[in-house]
Amino acid sequence: MPAGAAHRSPSARFGGGLRARFGGAGADRRTEQALRALAALTLVLIAAMVVTVFIKAWPSFKANGLAWFGSEGDVDTQLRAMNEGQALPGHSILYIRTWPLIWGTIVTTVPAVIIALIGSTLAAICLTEFASAPVRRTLEPIVRLLAGVPSVVYGLVAVLALAPFINDHLISEARRKSVAYVVQLEGDNLMLAIVILAIMITPIMVALIAGALASVPPAWKEGSAALGVNRWRTIVRVSLRTARPAIAAATVLATARALGEAIMLSMVAGSRGFDANPLDGLTFLFEPVRPLAATIFQESEGLTIGPMSHTLYAMGAVLLVSAVLLSFAGWAAKQPLKRYGIRA
Amino acid sequence: MASEGVVAGLAAPSGLRSPSGPAAPPPGLEVMRPRRRGTAAWPWIDRAGYWLCWAAGIGLCVIALAIVLYMLVEGLSYLSPHLFVTSPAPSLQQSRAGGFLDPIEGTFILTAVGIAVAAPIGIALAVWLNEYGRPSGLARAVESAIEMLAGAPSVVLAIFGLLLFSQSALGFLSQSTAGGAVTGKSFLTAGAIMAILALPLIVGATREGLALIPNHMREASHALGKTRATTIRRVLLPSVRVNIAEGTVLGMGRIIGDTAIVVILLGATLKTEPASSVPVIGLLRGTGSTLSNYVYYNSPAGEGNAHQKAYAAAFVLLIIVLALNFAVTRLAGRRERGGAGARGSWRLRTWRLRWSE
Repeated sequence: MPAGAAHRSPSARFGGGLRARFGGAGADRRTEQALRALAALTLVLIAAMVVTVFIKAWPSFKANGLAWFGSEGDVDTQLRAMNEGQALPGHSILYIRTWPLIWGTIVTTVPAVIIALIGSTLAAICLTEFASAPVRRTLEPIVRLLAGVPSVVYGLVAVLALAPFINDHLISEARRKSVAYVVQLEGDNLMLAIVILAIMITPIMVALIAGALASVPPAWKEGSAALGVNRWRTIVRVSLRTARPAIAAATVLATARALGEAIMLSMVAGSRGFDANPLDGLTFLFEPVRPLAATIFQESEGLTIGPMSHTLYAMGAVLLVSAVLLSFAGWAAKQPLKRYGIRA
Repeated sequence: MASEGVVAGLAAPSGLRSPSGPAAPPPGLEVMRPRRRGTAAWPWIDRAGYWLCWAAGIGLCVIALAIVLYMLVEGLSYLSPHLFVTSPAPSLQQSRAGGFLDPIEGTFILTAVGIAVAAPIGIALAVWLNEYGRPSGLARAVESAIEMLAGAPSVVLAIFGLLLFSQSALGFLSQSTAGGAVTGKSFLTAGAIMAILALPLIVGATREGLALIPNHMREASHALGKTRATTIRRVLLPSVRVNIAEGTVLGMGRIIGDTAIVVILLGATLKTEPASSVPVIGLLRGTGSTLSNYVYYNSPAGEGNAHQKAYAAAFVLLIIVLALNFAVTRLAGRRERGGAGARGSWRLRTWRLRWSE
């Protein structure tokens, strides 16, 4: 909203002399110019960041071509070879096939976001529509607290309290044996990663969705109620439908968080570049994975080594591109709401 | 509410709370509403949705309580006063490995540096976007760039920071090794990248506040002969103080909780190690650690692997987050109540404006 931008201040024209101390119109113009310069500088810096990461990443993409995104051999072995500076026989030092890592990111993010989307929509409805004022006053700070808990704390609780439980009680010996020839099943696995990731992003989404539900014009809901529609149907047909773009925007933000989560996932996901196979049935949930962001974090000591750093920046570039695409999707999702003058 | 019997026809339209009531009986007939005009009349699928909502809401609280209580019990059982006053020391024996004095110190330094960088830039950007925003193409680009930053993974920001600050031209921000290579690791460099994390939150909160200031306030200030710059400084910024504070506190929470940037950009040392003996500059150019880093280091994933220490430090971290949370709640409460109060302070402000310049 370009508030007050339409008209120039009268003082700029008439009162300059009275405020010689402040320079009047000249100072005003200079303020605007300085602020504009700062904005432009910020933009340039952000653009430079994306460009630098890509320049640094280019050798890795160039050496591997599109097969960079493919799957071949063991990605952990390839990373180790790079760390030790000895190329795998028959390949260049930059040889890497990152599909298991990308798959690890997808397979943790997508289920976690779906769980969080359902859970947070329901919780937000509960918060804005059903809860009485005192209940709401207690629930809101709790949601805000959960959204603010550092990811390393979630990771710590998961790896010290939940992982041993899963390892001891949920994975049977038969299941362990059935896949023993490819991978070892441990307490820190895909299931734990999905659950903790969902718990981490749900409060963020609840806060955003509850805000959108609260800003649905009451007259719309009253109109529905006046037609004899019960509360639940009013919520589903009117409130949720109105808040749909905001729900999409919240999902986008939460997905970005989940994609970029490095610490927690490096603690609980098993840290094994394994192509977890959904066809394994339930065993799939107990297989270890290694998402992209967690890999960058764990291998960050290798950033001083040339080939390794190119590879890590290439992974960073992929994550950045996903973040840009996501924020574009979020922008697109917000547009329909603007027509009705609702801020999301 | 809605537990009393109401005379039909006199029943106040209570909006959403009574859509499921029975059709109005003929006039003059008194009807008793059921005590809990709840979901009894709803189709079963609607009722299932209703209960699912409550289940989700309560489930969220149970998870929150479980985490906080678990951390409370575990943290308190391992917490001892000496942990707060001793520095971490590398030792295989846990009793000699020291406490987390340095990480606490580092958390505060890093947060201060990050906010000191992010707050002025964030406020300036928000003011420009909301009050000037010309040319509009640039404004839109800046807006979406900031939105992108909000979604950028912190680990990617961290490795970009390492690349940026290990340029020899920026060597004055960190230290150089014996060979002359710039490490790029210091409180200043880590704080600068942390500022990127906090920036979108501060910009968002400030803009939200500015957008809610009615235009007549700006017009009144202009009518008094104030320039737009003065209006911003003396009228607009003071009235969005609460929003700015809220954004800043949220940003602090982000900075305190982030681990990737600390591990990559603040060095792998647990102790605060100043770069030189120059009082403040030396400390800021030096390396150190924060509580989140300490928790990671002492978790099974890190090298220390001392879970008692990790629990104790995580407990302290959680207490800091709780305190920040409390601050945000208080601030949000003030903003919500601010309707009349804000107008009052605005009147006071015009008055002061008239006499002070």
